[in-house]
Amino acid sequence: MPASPQVTPAESEVAEIDEANDRPWVTVVWDDPVNLMHYVTYIFQKLFGYSKAKATELMMQVHSEGKAVVSSGSRDKVENDVRKLHAAGLWATMQRDGS
Amino acid sequence: MWSRKNSLGGVKLRSEMDAHEATVLRSLVASVLGLLEERAASAPEDELAALTGMRTGNTAAPDEEVLARLLPDFHRPDMDAPDDDEIRAESKADINGALRGLHEPEIIDAKLAAGSVILHTVPENGGKVLLTREQADAWLSGLNDVRLALGTNLGIDADTPDELDPADPRAPHLDIYHWLTWMQDSLVQALAP
Repeated sequence: MPASPQVTPAESEVAEIDEANDRPWVTVVWDDPVNLMHYVTYIFQKLFGYSKAKATELMMQVHSEGKAVVSSGSRDKVENDVRKLHAAGLWATMQRDGS
Repeated sequence: MWSRKNSLGGVKLRSEMDAHEATVLRSLVASVLGLLEERAASAPEDELAALTGMRTGNTAAPDEEVLARLLPDFHRPDMDAPDDDEIRAESKADINGALRGLHEPEIIDAKLAAGSVILHTVPENGGKVLLTREQADAWLSGLNDVRLALGTNLGIDADTPDELDPADPRAPHLDIYHWLTWMQDSLVQALAP
């Protein structure tokens, strides 16, 4: 009897690519000219539970350096972080740590 | 513009807008939602989705500039370090397609929900606006999407001046953009002092 598929074809494709390397994943947020500093700080607090100080620090890093790593972890976790950041209108991407 | 009111029913965020402002805001939000709904409708039909309950959406990034900004890629392959070249460039394009297909429907849903809250809470002919925290969060997200749309259309960047020559056809749109910027900034500061 065939086994029940646990992942969609799309998910298994990403997992296969990931197996080549078991470094954790990181979420990167990029600067953009529309997003407000107060809003970005608020979203970091709201999505990640960071203190206002830490959220502000990350926001300032995005603003002055063009990008910042805002979270890290498993591919699944980081994927969901990127999804929530996109829903909030921030420009975020995921990559393997050390990239 | 926005003030915070502690009521028995919890924190409320309060503002006011005239009939013209209400009309402009509703029309801008409706236009962004319309774009997003069209995009959702353009996703390929998936029989598997009906069986499994797992939706998949478009896998290619939108051509349209505003949508491309509202629904960006999950992965920027050119940012990876050289030692990632064991993964072929094709695989990286596949990563974006796979992630977009998986997540775009939910992102669109979230944006549609946020915009709908604005449409339902803007006073029809102008007047007072009174929001709960949750509604205020939705306004922040919805206002942000409208500003992203306007910003993309206007080509807003770090060098964009505060004002354009009044003869410039973009001038009234830039004024609206700045009005919405002030509205969003005022709301987020009222929510999180």
